[in-house]
Amino acid sequence: MTSSPYFSLAVLFVAALGFGLAPLGLAWLWARAFSPPKPNPIKNAIYECGLVSKGDAWVQFRSAYYLYGIIFLIFDVEAVFLLPFAVAFTGLGAAACAAMLVFVLLLVEGLAWAWAKGVLTWV
Amino acid sequence: MMNYELESNDMDQELKIELGKQGIFVTTIEDLYNWGRRSSVWPMQFGLACCAIEMIATTMARYDLARFGAEVFRPSPRQADLMIVSGTVTKKMAPQVVRLYNQMAEPRYVIAMGACAISGGPFKQGYNVLKGIDRYIPVDVHIPGCPPRPEALIQAFITLQEKIDGQHLTGPDRPRYLDANAQGEFPVPERGEHDLEPTSNQGVWPVQIQGLRD
Repeated sequence: MTSSPYFSLAVLFVAALGFGLAPLGLAWLWARAFSPPKPNPIKNAIYECGLVSKGDAWVQFRSAYYLYGIIFLIFDVEAVFLLPFAVAFTGLGAAACAAMLVFVLLLVEGLAWAWAKGVLTWV
Repeated sequence: MMNYELESNDMDQELKIELGKQGIFVTTIEDLYNWGRRSSVWPMQFGLACCAIEMIATTMARYDLARFGAEVFRPSPRQADLMIVSGTVTKKMAPQVVRLYNQMAEPRYVIAMGACAISGGPFKQGYNVLKGIDRYIPVDVHIPGCPPRPEALIQAFITLQEKIDGQHLTGPDRPRYLDANAQGEFPVPERGEHDLEPTSNQGVWPVQIQGLRD
């Protein structure tokens, strides 16, 4: 058996396994001997807090806020583009102004669409 | 009992010092275990009143509680070893403090910081002030002061470390948390008509309480 070319591999495998499992086993033994469990209803409560939890965690809530968030983000990014546009306005040609107008109108169209869909109405 | 006496390292103290002089380091599992525990006491992150400001100062750069291994203030009682009751415990707050203490994992320690936490302090005559948190939970170290300076909190912490160092893993004088039969629940008081009910935990506060002013 020792003549097998895989013998040294098997020895290394067992050693590697022992290296991983021995600390786990020792920790388990230590916990058995020196940390007796002391459970009680307060300690085992689902949520750790000075106050007793009330009600059920399974409640429904509207996730509508993300629509507001996205619309805000779009116009926030628009403002980032508008600022350099305003700074360089006097030096710009008609084509640049038209391009910026298209950009703003595209976003305004999106806002109008969202408005028409009733997204801006909080329910 | 006899076996325990032999294992105790108190008897070998001189031999230990002698071997240390020769460059040989001798220790016990108990010593190593306690060294590890006292060097990583994680306090719970909560403050009740003005003492909490001093507690915060203690953790910051000038006083630096991190030197003693206690810089990690945990926001969850399940990850904390030490409860620093820093400030006035009102009767409205006492049930929450006791409940949080119950939710801490064993072994757990309590430092009652300041005059209010140990006795009610200047507000002792107040109808809504608990006259010492040690009426409901076992306190390991009391620090007087109003508020105690950060040095006082550090000294209390070192005192607690010494206490942890002296705790035995086996034997009749081992701490409560190592005793499988000892209970780990400390009853949470409730707000009664005139006072908290019960007015104290008889297990940790054997003194009889007569009236509201006691």
